[in-house]
Amino acid sequence: MTALPDRTDRRLGLVIDLDTCVGCHACVVACKGWNDQGYGAPLSDQDPYGAAPQGTFLNRVHSYEVTPASGPAQHVHFPKSCLHCEDAPCVPVCPTGASYKRAEDGIVLVNEDACIGCGLCAWACPYGARELDLAAGVMKKCTLCVDRIYNEALPEEDREPACVRTCPARARHFGDLSDPESAVSQLVAERGGIDLMPEQGTRPVNKYLPPRDRDGWGEDSDVLAPFLTPVAEEPQGFLGWLDRALGKL
Amino acid sequence: MHPARSLLAFTTLSGMGFGLLFWLGIDPTPPKGWAALVFFAIAYALCLGGLAASSLHLRRRERALRAFSQWRTSWLSREAWGALAALTVSGAYALPLLIGVGVLPLGWLAALLSLATVGATAMIYAQLRTVPRWHHWSTPALFLLLSLTGGALLSGRVLTCSLLLVASAALQAWVWWDGDLRFARSGTTLASATGLGDRGTARALFPPHTGSNYLLDEMVVVVGRRHAAKLRVIALVLMSGLPLVLLYLPPPHLFGLLALVSHAAGVLVSRWLFFAEAEHVVGLYYGRR
Repeated sequence: MTALPDRTDRRLGLVIDLDTCVGCHACVVACKGWNDQGYGAPLSDQDPYGAAPQGTFLNRVHSYEVTPASGPAQHVHFPKSCLHCEDAPCVPVCPTGASYKRAEDGIVLVNEDACIGCGLCAWACPYGARELDLAAGVMKKCTLCVDRIYNEALPEEDREPACVRTCPARARHFGDLSDPESAVSQLVAERGGIDLMPEQGTRPVNKYLPPRDRDGWGEDSDVLAPFLTPVAEEPQGFLGWLDRALGKL
Repeated sequence: MHPARSLLAFTTLSGMGFGLLFWLGIDPTPPKGWAALVFFAIAYALCLGGLAASSLHLRRRERALRAFSQWRTSWLSREAWGALAALTVSGAYALPLLIGVGVLPLGWLAALLSLATVGATAMIYAQLRTVPRWHHWSTPALFLLLSLTGGALLSGRVLTCSLLLVASAALQAWVWWDGDLRFARSGTTLASATGLGDRGTARALFPPHTGSNYLLDEMVVVVGRRHAAKLRVIALVLMSGLPLVLLYLPPPHLFGLLALVSHAAGVLVSRWLFFAEAEHVVGLYYGRR
Protein backbone atom coordinates (compact mmCIF):
# COMPACT_ATOMS: atom_id res chain seq x y z
CA MET A 1 0.00 0.00 0.00
CA THR A 2 1.41 3.37 -0.93
CA ALA A 3 -0.10 5.23 2.00
CA LEU A 4 2.68 6.49 4.25
CA PRO A 5 2.78 4.97 7.74
CA ASP A 6 1.42 7.32 10.43
CA ARG A 7 4.61 6.89 12.37
CA THR A 8 7.69 4.70 12.17
CA ASP A 9 9.16 2.88 15.16
CA ARG A 10 12.64 4.05 14.24
CA ARG A 11 14.04 6.56 11.77
CA LEU A 12 17.15 5.01 10.29
CA GLY A 13 19.17 7.36 8.16
CA LEU A 14 22.46 9.03 7.37
CA VAL A 15 24.20 12.09 8.71
CA ILE A 16 26.56 13.58 6.14
CA ASP A 17 29.33 15.88 7.24
CA LEU A 18 29.96 18.53 4.60
CA ASP A 19 32.94 19.74 6.60
CA THR A 20 34.97 16.56 6.34
CA CYS A 21 33.85 15.16 2.98
CA VAL A 22 36.88 15.31 0.68
CA GLY A 23 34.97 14.49 -2.49
CA CYS A 24 36.79 11.24 -3.24
CA HIS A 25 33.64 9.46 -4.53
CA ALA A 26 34.55 6.27 -2.66
CA CYS A 27 30.96 6.13 -1.34
CA VAL A 28 29.67 6.31 -4.93
CA VAL A 29 31.84 3.38 -5.97
CA ALA A 30 31.09 1.35 -2.83
CA CYS A 31 27.35 1.91 -3.35
CA LYS A 32 27.50 0.90 -6.99
CA GLY A 33 29.61 -2.12 -6.10
CA TRP A 34 27.37 -3.40 -3.31
CA ASN A 35 24.16 -2.82 -5.24
CA ASP A 36 25.43 -4.77 -8.22
CA GLN A 37 25.17 -7.96 -6.18
CA GLY A 38 22.19 -9.30 -4.35
CA TYR A 39 19.34 -6.87 -3.67
CA GLY A 40 17.13 -6.29 -6.73
CA ALA A 41 18.17 -5.60 -10.29
CA PRO A 42 21.88 -4.72 -10.61
CA LEU A 43 22.68 -1.07 -11.34
CA SER A 44 23.29 -1.06 -15.08
CA ASP A 45 25.48 1.09 -17.30
CA GLN A 46 24.65 2.17 -20.82
CA ASP A 47 27.42 2.52 -23.41
CA PRO A 48 30.05 2.25 -20.64
CA TYR A 49 33.08 2.24 -22.98
CA GLY A 50 31.51 4.32 -25.76
CA ALA A 51 31.20 7.98 -26.57
CA ALA A 52 28.33 8.80 -24.19
CA PRO A 53 28.56 6.54 -21.15
CA GLN A 54 25.93 6.75 -18.41
CA GLY A 55 24.53 4.52 -15.74
CA THR A 56 22.37 4.13 -12.67
CA PHE A 57 23.78 5.34 -9.35
CA LEU A 58 22.04 5.62 -5.98
CA ASN A 59 24.53 8.07 -4.56
CA ARG A 60 26.28 10.95 -6.29
CA VAL A 61 28.71 13.61 -5.09
CA HIS A 62 28.10 17.17 -6.27
CA SER A 63 30.52 20.05 -5.73
CA TYR A 64 29.62 23.61 -4.86
CA GLU A 65 31.48 26.82 -4.27
CA VAL A 66 30.23 29.18 -1.57
CA THR A 67 31.38 32.77 -1.69
CA PRO A 68 30.79 34.66 1.56
CA ALA A 69 30.28 38.42 1.69
CA SER A 70 33.93 38.74 2.70
CA GLY A 71 36.75 36.26 2.83
CA PRO A 72 37.78 33.39 0.61
CA ALA A 73 35.38 31.21 -1.33
CA GLN A 74 34.86 27.74 0.08
CA HIS A 75 34.61 24.50 -1.87
CA VAL A 76 32.00 22.05 -0.55
CA HIS A 77 31.71 18.43 -1.65
CA PHE A 78 28.11 17.37 -1.44
CA PRO A 79 27.15 13.67 -1.43
CA LYS A 80 23.47 13.09 -2.15
CA SER A 81 21.38 9.94 -1.92
CA CYS A 82 17.82 9.13 -0.79
CA LEU A 83 16.94 11.05 2.39
CA HIS A 84 14.26 8.52 3.45
CA CYS A 85 11.83 11.37 4.11
CA GLU A 86 9.17 11.04 6.78
CA ASP A 87 6.70 12.63 4.37
CA ALA A 88 8.15 10.96 1.28
CA PRO A 89 6.41 12.45 -1.79
CA CYS A 90 7.62 9.53 -3.95
CA VAL A 91 5.50 6.95 -2.10
CA PRO A 92 1.84 8.05 -2.42
CA VAL A 93 2.18 8.84 -6.15
CA CYS A 94 3.01 5.21 -7.00
CA PRO A 95 0.07 3.63 -8.86
CA THR A 96 1.06 0.01 -8.16
CA GLY A 97 2.10 -0.02 -4.52
CA ALA A 98 5.69 -0.84 -5.51
CA SER A 99 7.01 2.18 -3.64
CA TYR A 100 6.64 1.99 0.13
CA LYS A 101 8.00 3.24 3.45
CA ARG A 102 8.62 0.66 6.16
CA ALA A 103 6.80 1.26 9.43
CA GLU A 104 9.48 -0.50 11.49
CA ASP A 105 12.53 1.57 10.51
CA GLY A 106 11.36 4.24 8.04
CA ILE A 107 13.39 2.95 5.09
CA VAL A 108 11.83 3.84 1.72
CA LEU A 109 12.04 0.91 -0.69
CA VAL A 110 10.82 -0.21 -4.11
CA ASN A 111 9.31 -3.64 -4.68
CA GLU A 112 10.86 -4.11 -8.11
CA ASP A 113 8.52 -6.98 -9.02
CA ALA A 114 5.54 -4.60 -8.87
CA CYS A 115 7.20 -1.56 -10.51
CA ILE A 116 5.84 -0.66 -13.97
CA GLY A 117 8.59 1.86 -14.65
CA CYS A 118 6.30 4.86 -15.10
CA GLY A 119 8.85 7.20 -13.50
CA LEU A 120 6.30 9.25 -11.55
CA CYS A 121 8.06 8.70 -8.20
CA ALA A 122 11.28 10.10 -9.66
CA TRP A 123 9.32 13.19 -10.77
CA ALA A 124 7.89 13.55 -7.27
CA CYS A 125 11.30 13.47 -5.54
CA PRO A 126 12.88 16.94 -5.24
CA TYR A 127 16.34 15.52 -4.53
CA GLY A 128 16.88 13.36 -7.61
CA ALA A 129 17.28 10.33 -5.38
CA ARG A 130 15.52 7.91 -7.71
CA GLU A 131 16.87 6.74 -11.02
CA LEU A 132 15.08 4.44 -13.43
CA ASP A 133 17.39 1.62 -14.45
CA LEU A 134 17.36 1.67 -18.24
CA ALA A 135 18.28 -2.02 -18.54
CA ALA A 136 15.86 -3.44 -15.96
CA GLY A 137 13.09 -0.88 -16.58
CA VAL A 138 12.40 -0.50 -12.87
CA MET A 139 13.02 2.30 -10.40
CA LYS A 140 16.18 2.10 -8.31
CA LYS A 141 16.91 3.98 -5.13
CA CYS A 142 19.05 3.85 -2.01
CA THR A 143 17.93 0.96 0.23
CA LEU A 144 20.06 2.17 3.13
CA CYS A 145 21.77 -1.18 2.44
CA VAL A 146 18.86 -3.01 4.04
CA ASP A 147 20.63 -6.22 3.01
CA ARG A 148 23.72 -5.26 5.08
CA ILE A 149 22.41 -3.55 8.19
CA TYR A 150 20.37 -6.55 9.37
CA ASN A 151 22.66 -9.18 7.83
CA GLU A 152 23.92 -11.47 10.57
CA ALA A 153 26.17 -13.29 8.09
CA LEU A 154 28.35 -10.18 8.03
CA PRO A 155 30.81 -9.24 10.79
CA GLU A 156 29.19 -6.69 13.09
CA GLU A 157 31.36 -3.79 11.94
CA ASP A 158 30.11 -4.31 8.37
CA ARG A 159 26.43 -4.01 9.32
CA GLU A 160 26.13 -0.45 8.09
CA PRO A 161 25.52 0.99 4.61
CA ALA A 162 28.37 0.41 2.14
CA CYS A 163 28.88 4.17 1.68
CA VAL A 164 29.32 4.69 5.43
CA ARG A 165 31.59 1.68 5.82
CA THR A 166 33.90 2.80 3.05
CA CYS A 167 34.16 6.55 3.70
CA PRO A 168 37.86 7.26 4.40
CA ALA A 169 37.09 10.69 5.89
CA ARG A 170 34.37 9.45 8.26
CA ALA A 171 32.08 12.00 6.68
CA ARG A 172 29.10 9.64 6.67
CA HIS A 173 27.35 8.35 9.76
CA PHE A 174 24.52 5.84 10.06
CA GLY A 175 22.05 5.45 12.91
CA ASP A 176 18.60 5.92 14.36
CA LEU A 177 17.62 9.58 14.19
CA SER A 178 14.45 9.02 16.23
CA ASP A 179 16.54 8.22 19.31
CA PRO A 180 17.85 11.46 20.82
CA GLU A 181 20.59 9.50 22.61
CA SER A 182 21.99 7.92 19.45
CA ALA A 183 25.41 9.01 18.21
CA VAL A 184 23.93 10.45 15.00
CA SER A 185 21.29 12.47 16.89
CA GLN A 186 23.99 13.83 19.22
CA LEU A 187 26.08 14.78 16.22
CA VAL A 188 23.15 16.58 14.58
CA ALA A 189 22.40 18.48 17.81
CA GLU A 190 26.05 19.41 18.36
CA ARG A 191 26.80 20.56 14.81
CA GLY A 192 23.42 22.04 13.88
CA GLY A 193 22.42 19.48 11.26
CA ILE A 194 20.00 20.73 8.62
CA ASP A 195 17.31 19.48 6.24
CA LEU A 196 17.63 19.93 2.48
CA MET A 197 14.80 21.89 0.80
CA PRO A 198 12.70 22.21 3.99
CA GLU A 199 10.13 24.24 2.02
CA GLN A 200 9.24 21.13 0.01
CA GLY A 201 7.64 19.69 3.15
CA THR A 202 9.29 16.26 2.82
CA ARG A 203 10.75 16.14 6.37
CA PRO A 204 13.92 14.27 5.38
CA VAL A 205 15.42 11.84 7.90
CA ASN A 206 18.98 12.29 6.57
CA LYS A 207 20.69 15.38 7.95
CA TYR A 208 23.59 17.45 6.63
CA LEU A 209 26.22 18.97 8.91
CA PRO A 210 27.21 22.40 7.54
CA PRO A 211 30.90 23.16 6.92
CA ARG A 212 32.72 24.74 9.86
CA ASP A 213 33.95 28.30 9.50
CA ARG A 214 37.35 28.60 7.88
CA ASP A 215 40.21 30.91 8.85
CA GLY A 216 39.69 34.26 7.25
CA TRP A 217 42.02 36.61 5.42
CA GLY A 218 42.39 38.75 8.51
CA GLU A 219 45.46 40.73 9.63
CA ASP A 220 47.34 38.00 11.40
CA SER A 221 46.18 34.92 9.57
CA ASP A 222 48.84 35.16 6.86
CA VAL A 223 52.18 34.92 8.68
CA LEU A 224 54.29 34.81 5.50
CA ALA A 225 52.91 37.93 3.87
CA PRO A 226 55.35 40.40 5.50
CA PHE A 227 58.29 38.42 4.08
CA LEU A 228 56.89 38.42 0.59
CA THR A 229 56.31 42.13 0.03
CA PRO A 230 57.89 43.29 -3.25
CA VAL A 231 61.32 44.93 -2.69
CA ALA A 232 61.56 46.86 -5.98
CA GLU A 233 58.47 48.69 -7.23
CA GLU A 234 60.35 50.22 -10.22
CA PRO A 235 61.97 47.92 -12.80
CA GLN A 236 65.79 48.16 -12.98
CA GLY A 237 68.45 47.47 -15.68
CA PHE A 238 67.31 46.18 -19.07
CA LEU A 239 63.64 45.93 -18.02
CA GLY A 240 63.87 49.47 -16.69
CA TRP A 241 65.28 50.75 -20.01
CA LEU A 242 62.57 48.80 -21.93
CA ASP A 243 59.90 50.26 -19.66
CA ARG A 244 61.15 53.81 -20.17
CA ALA A 245 61.63 53.34 -23.94
CA LEU A 246 58.15 51.93 -24.42
CA GLY A 247 56.71 54.65 -22.23
CA LYS A 248 58.14 57.34 -24.57
CA LEU A 249 56.63 55.87 -27.74
CA MET B 1 10.72 17.97 -18.13
CA HIS B 2 11.25 15.67 -21.09
CA PRO B 3 8.33 16.02 -23.55
CA ALA B 4 7.78 12.29 -24.13
CA ARG B 5 5.88 11.61 -27.36
CA SER B 6 3.73 9.02 -25.58
CA LEU B 7 2.51 11.59 -23.05
CA LEU B 8 1.98 14.32 -25.68
CA ALA B 9 -0.18 11.97 -27.75
CA PHE B 10 -2.01 10.64 -24.69
CA THR B 11 -2.99 13.96 -23.12
CA THR B 12 -3.96 15.50 -26.48
CA LEU B 13 -5.98 12.62 -27.94
CA SER B 14 -7.63 11.32 -24.76
CA GLY B 15 -8.40 14.88 -23.69
CA MET B 16 -10.42 15.43 -26.87
CA GLY B 17 -11.99 11.97 -26.71
CA PHE B 18 -13.24 12.35 -23.14
CA GLY B 19 -14.37 15.89 -23.99
CA LEU B 20 -16.52 14.45 -26.78
CA LEU B 21 -17.92 11.80 -24.43
CA PHE B 22 -18.86 14.60 -22.02
CA TRP B 23 -20.86 16.52 -24.62
CA LEU B 24 -22.51 13.34 -25.94
CA GLY B 25 -23.41 12.42 -22.37
CA ILE B 26 -25.14 15.68 -21.47
CA ASP B 27 -26.85 16.14 -24.84
CA PRO B 28 -30.66 16.24 -24.19
CA THR B 29 -31.20 15.11 -27.80
CA PRO B 30 -28.30 12.73 -28.38
CA PRO B 31 -27.49 11.38 -31.85
CA LYS B 32 -29.12 8.05 -32.56
CA GLY B 33 -28.60 5.13 -34.91
CA TRP B 34 -25.73 5.52 -37.38
CA ALA B 35 -24.94 9.05 -36.22
CA ALA B 36 -24.49 7.76 -32.66
CA LEU B 37 -22.22 4.99 -33.92
CA VAL B 38 -19.97 7.49 -35.74
CA PHE B 39 -19.75 9.92 -32.80
CA PHE B 40 -19.01 7.24 -30.20
CA ALA B 41 -16.57 5.47 -32.52
CA ILE B 42 -14.59 8.72 -32.88
CA ALA B 43 -14.64 9.29 -29.10
CA TYR B 44 -13.51 5.72 -28.37
CA ALA B 45 -10.79 5.85 -31.02
CA LEU B 46 -9.38 9.02 -29.46
CA CYS B 47 -9.63 7.81 -25.86
CA LEU B 48 -8.26 4.33 -26.52
CA GLY B 49 -5.60 5.62 -28.93
CA GLY B 50 -4.42 8.03 -26.26
CA LEU B 51 -4.44 5.40 -23.55
CA ALA B 52 -2.51 3.00 -25.79
CA ALA B 53 0.07 5.75 -26.38
CA SER B 54 0.32 6.36 -22.64
CA SER B 55 1.16 2.70 -22.03
CA LEU B 56 4.25 3.21 -24.22
CA HIS B 57 5.55 5.45 -21.44
CA LEU B 58 5.79 2.44 -19.12
CA ARG B 59 9.05 0.49 -19.12
CA ARG B 60 7.32 -2.66 -17.86
CA ARG B 61 4.04 -2.66 -19.76
CA GLU B 62 3.31 -6.30 -18.90
CA ARG B 63 2.57 -5.19 -15.33
CA ALA B 64 0.30 -2.28 -16.32
CA LEU B 65 -2.78 -3.82 -14.66
CA ARG B 66 -1.14 -3.30 -11.27
CA ALA B 67 -1.72 0.43 -11.77
CA PHE B 68 -5.36 -0.11 -10.75
CA SER B 69 -4.42 -1.08 -7.21
CA GLN B 70 -3.56 2.22 -5.44
CA TRP B 71 -6.59 4.41 -6.15
CA ARG B 72 -6.73 5.53 -2.51
CA THR B 73 -3.44 7.44 -2.75
CA SER B 74 -2.30 7.71 -6.38
CA TRP B 75 -3.72 10.03 -9.03
CA LEU B 76 -2.27 7.81 -11.74
CA SER B 77 -4.26 4.89 -10.36
CA ARG B 78 -7.41 7.04 -10.11
CA GLU B 79 -6.93 8.06 -13.72
CA ALA B 80 -6.84 4.39 -14.75
CA TRP B 81 -10.08 3.70 -12.88
CA GLY B 82 -11.67 6.87 -14.24
CA ALA B 83 -10.85 5.93 -17.83
CA LEU B 84 -12.20 2.40 -17.35
CA ALA B 85 -15.41 3.67 -15.69
CA ALA B 86 -15.99 6.46 -18.20
CA LEU B 87 -15.53 4.15 -21.18
CA THR B 88 -17.71 1.42 -19.65
CA VAL B 89 -20.61 3.73 -18.72
CA SER B 90 -20.35 5.55 -22.06
CA GLY B 91 -20.57 2.18 -23.78
CA ALA B 92 -23.64 1.29 -21.77
CA TYR B 93 -25.14 4.63 -22.78
CA ALA B 94 -24.14 4.33 -26.44
CA LEU B 95 -25.44 0.80 -27.16
CA PRO B 96 -29.16 1.59 -26.61
CA LEU B 97 -28.68 4.82 -28.61
CA LEU B 98 -27.73 2.74 -31.64
CA ILE B 99 -31.27 1.36 -31.69
CA GLY B 100 -32.76 4.75 -30.84
CA VAL B 101 -33.19 4.46 -27.04
CA GLY B 102 -31.59 7.15 -24.90
CA VAL B 103 -31.12 6.53 -21.16
CA LEU B 104 -30.23 10.12 -20.28
CA PRO B 105 -29.12 9.64 -16.61
CA LEU B 106 -26.57 7.09 -17.82
CA GLY B 107 -25.25 9.79 -20.17
CA TRP B 108 -24.91 12.26 -17.31
CA LEU B 109 -22.92 9.75 -15.32
CA ALA B 110 -20.70 9.06 -18.35
CA ALA B 111 -20.15 12.82 -18.75
CA LEU B 112 -19.18 13.19 -15.10
CA LEU B 113 -16.77 10.25 -15.25
CA SER B 114 -15.18 11.59 -18.45
CA LEU B 115 -14.45 14.93 -16.82
CA ALA B 116 -13.18 13.18 -13.70
CA THR B 117 -10.74 11.20 -15.84
CA VAL B 118 -9.32 14.34 -17.46
CA GLY B 119 -9.15 15.94 -14.02
CA ALA B 120 -7.23 12.95 -12.63
CA THR B 121 -4.76 13.14 -15.53
CA ALA B 122 -4.15 16.80 -14.79
CA MET B 123 -3.77 16.11 -11.06
CA ILE B 124 -0.87 13.73 -11.80
CA TYR B 125 1.03 16.85 -12.85
CA ALA B 126 -0.58 19.40 -10.52
CA GLN B 127 0.25 17.35 -7.39
CA LEU B 128 4.00 17.61 -8.02
CA ARG B 129 5.44 20.26 -5.75
CA THR B 130 8.79 19.53 -7.39
CA VAL B 131 7.59 21.20 -10.61
CA PRO B 132 6.36 24.62 -9.50
CA ARG B 133 4.97 25.46 -12.94
CA TRP B 134 2.56 22.51 -12.67
CA HIS B 135 1.79 22.69 -8.95
CA HIS B 136 -1.17 25.04 -9.35
CA TRP B 137 -4.98 24.92 -9.69
CA SER B 138 -4.69 26.22 -13.24
CA THR B 139 -3.22 22.90 -14.44
CA PRO B 140 -6.48 20.92 -14.01
CA ALA B 141 -8.48 23.99 -15.07
CA LEU B 142 -6.66 24.25 -18.39
CA PHE B 143 -6.73 20.49 -19.04
CA LEU B 144 -10.49 20.44 -18.42
CA LEU B 145 -11.16 23.57 -20.47
CA LEU B 146 -9.16 22.29 -23.44
CA SER B 147 -10.87 18.91 -23.19
CA LEU B 148 -14.31 20.58 -23.22
CA THR B 149 -13.22 22.78 -26.15
CA GLY B 150 -12.00 19.83 -28.21
CA GLY B 151 -15.15 17.87 -27.39
CA ALA B 152 -17.41 20.75 -28.38
CA LEU B 153 -15.51 21.12 -31.65
CA LEU B 154 -15.80 17.39 -32.37
CA SER B 155 -19.52 17.33 -31.61
CA GLY B 156 -20.19 20.35 -33.85
CA ARG B 157 -21.40 22.83 -31.19
CA VAL B 158 -20.34 26.00 -33.00
CA LEU B 159 -21.43 28.68 -30.51
CA THR B 160 -20.37 26.76 -27.37
CA CYS B 161 -17.10 25.89 -29.03
CA SER B 162 -16.42 29.50 -30.03
CA LEU B 163 -16.88 30.67 -26.44
CA LEU B 164 -14.68 27.84 -25.14
CA LEU B 165 -11.99 28.63 -27.74
CA VAL B 166 -11.81 32.19 -26.46
CA ALA B 167 -11.87 31.12 -22.81
CA SER B 168 -9.19 28.44 -23.20
CA ALA B 169 -6.93 30.81 -25.17
CA ALA B 170 -7.26 33.42 -22.41
CA LEU B 171 -6.52 30.89 -19.66
CA GLN B 172 -3.61 29.44 -21.63
CA ALA B 173 -2.05 32.90 -22.13
CA TRP B 174 -2.37 33.68 -18.41
CA VAL B 175 -0.94 30.26 -17.47
CA TRP B 176 2.17 31.00 -19.54
CA TRP B 177 2.57 34.45 -18.03
CA ASP B 178 1.97 33.32 -14.46
CA GLY B 179 3.84 30.03 -14.96
CA ASP B 180 7.07 31.91 -15.69
CA LEU B 181 6.93 33.36 -12.16
CA ARG B 182 6.08 30.19 -10.25
CA PHE B 183 9.58 28.75 -9.83
CA ALA B 184 10.78 31.89 -8.10
CA ARG B 185 7.58 31.98 -6.04
CA SER B 186 8.11 28.39 -4.83
CA GLY B 187 11.09 29.54 -2.75
CA THR B 188 13.25 26.56 -3.70
CA THR B 189 16.73 27.70 -4.66
CA LEU B 190 20.25 26.26 -4.74
CA ALA B 191 20.64 27.87 -1.31
CA SER B 192 17.76 25.85 0.19
CA ALA B 193 18.67 22.75 -1.82
CA THR B 194 22.19 22.64 -0.38
CA GLY B 195 21.55 24.40 2.93
CA LEU B 196 24.62 26.53 2.18
CA GLY B 197 22.64 29.73 1.63
CA ASP B 198 23.39 31.44 4.94
CA ARG B 199 27.15 31.07 4.39
CA GLY B 200 27.25 33.05 1.17
CA THR B 201 26.41 32.67 -2.49
CA ALA B 202 26.43 29.05 -3.61
CA ARG B 203 27.06 27.98 -7.16
CA ALA B 204 27.46 24.58 -8.76
CA LEU B 205 31.15 24.08 -9.38
CA PHE B 206 31.19 20.80 -11.26
CA PRO B 207 28.70 17.97 -11.73
CA PRO B 208 28.93 14.56 -10.02
CA HIS B 209 29.33 12.76 -13.34
CA THR B 210 30.83 13.65 -16.69
CA GLY B 211 28.09 12.17 -18.86
CA SER B 212 24.35 12.52 -18.71
CA ASN B 213 22.04 10.44 -16.53
CA TYR B 214 18.37 9.55 -16.13
CA LEU B 215 17.69 12.64 -14.01
CA LEU B 216 19.11 15.05 -16.57
CA ASP B 217 17.52 13.30 -19.55
CA GLU B 218 14.12 13.13 -17.84
CA MET B 219 13.87 16.25 -15.70
CA VAL B 220 16.44 18.83 -16.79
CA VAL B 221 15.64 19.00 -20.49
CA VAL B 222 16.29 22.54 -21.65
CA VAL B 223 16.65 22.02 -25.40
CA GLY B 224 12.88 22.01 -25.97
CA ARG B 225 12.56 25.56 -24.65
CA ARG B 226 14.73 27.17 -27.31
CA HIS B 227 11.85 28.48 -29.40
CA ALA B 228 9.34 28.81 -26.56
CA ALA B 229 8.15 32.34 -27.43
CA LYS B 230 7.49 31.46 -31.08
CA LEU B 231 5.83 28.19 -30.11
CA ARG B 232 3.50 30.00 -27.73
CA VAL B 233 2.26 32.20 -30.57
CA ILE B 234 1.97 29.21 -32.91
CA ALA B 235 0.03 27.27 -30.26
CA LEU B 236 -2.44 30.10 -29.66
CA VAL B 237 -3.04 30.69 -33.38
CA LEU B 238 -3.53 26.99 -34.19
CA MET B 239 -5.41 26.15 -31.01
CA SER B 240 -7.89 29.03 -30.95
CA GLY B 241 -7.35 31.78 -33.54
CA LEU B 242 -7.57 29.75 -36.72
CA PRO B 243 -10.45 27.47 -35.58
CA LEU B 244 -12.49 30.56 -34.59
CA VAL B 245 -12.33 31.76 -38.21
CA LEU B 246 -12.67 28.35 -39.87
CA LEU B 247 -15.79 27.47 -37.85
CA TYR B 248 -17.79 30.19 -39.56
CA LEU B 249 -16.77 29.45 -43.16
CA PRO B 250 -19.07 27.46 -45.47
CA PRO B 251 -19.25 24.51 -46.14
CA PRO B 252 -19.34 23.57 -42.43
CA HIS B 253 -18.09 20.00 -42.67
CA LEU B 254 -14.93 20.75 -44.65
CA PHE B 255 -13.94 23.78 -42.58
CA GLY B 256 -15.08 22.08 -39.40
CA LEU B 257 -12.60 19.32 -40.10
CA LEU B 258 -9.86 21.87 -40.80
CA ALA B 259 -10.73 23.68 -37.56
CA LEU B 260 -10.45 20.39 -35.71
CA VAL B 261 -7.06 19.54 -37.21
CA SER B 262 -5.80 23.05 -36.45
CA HIS B 263 -7.07 22.89 -32.86
CA ALA B 264 -5.54 19.45 -32.24
CA ALA B 265 -2.19 20.62 -33.64
CA GLY B 266 -2.36 23.72 -31.43
CA VAL B 267 -3.11 21.67 -28.31
CA LEU B 268 -0.19 19.40 -29.20
CA VAL B 269 2.16 22.41 -29.37
CA SER B 270 0.75 23.71 -26.08
CA ARG B 271 1.38 20.29 -24.48
CA TRP B 272 4.94 20.28 -25.83
CA LEU B 273 5.49 23.56 -24.02
CA PHE B 274 3.71 22.22 -20.92
CA PHE B 275 6.45 19.60 -20.59
CA ALA B 276 9.42 21.36 -22.18
CA GLU B 277 9.06 24.54 -20.14
CA ALA B 278 8.40 22.78 -16.83
CA GLU B 279 11.44 23.12 -14.58
CA HIS B 280 12.04 20.43 -11.94
CA VAL B 281 13.75 21.58 -8.74
CA VAL B 282 16.35 18.79 -9.04
CA GLY B 283 17.95 20.86 -11.81
CA LEU B 284 19.16 23.24 -9.11
CA TYR B 285 21.61 20.61 -7.86
CA TYR B 286 23.18 20.68 -11.32
CA GLY B 287 23.17 24.48 -11.47
CA ARG B 288 20.47 24.40 -14.13
CA ARG B 289 16.72 24.64 -14.39
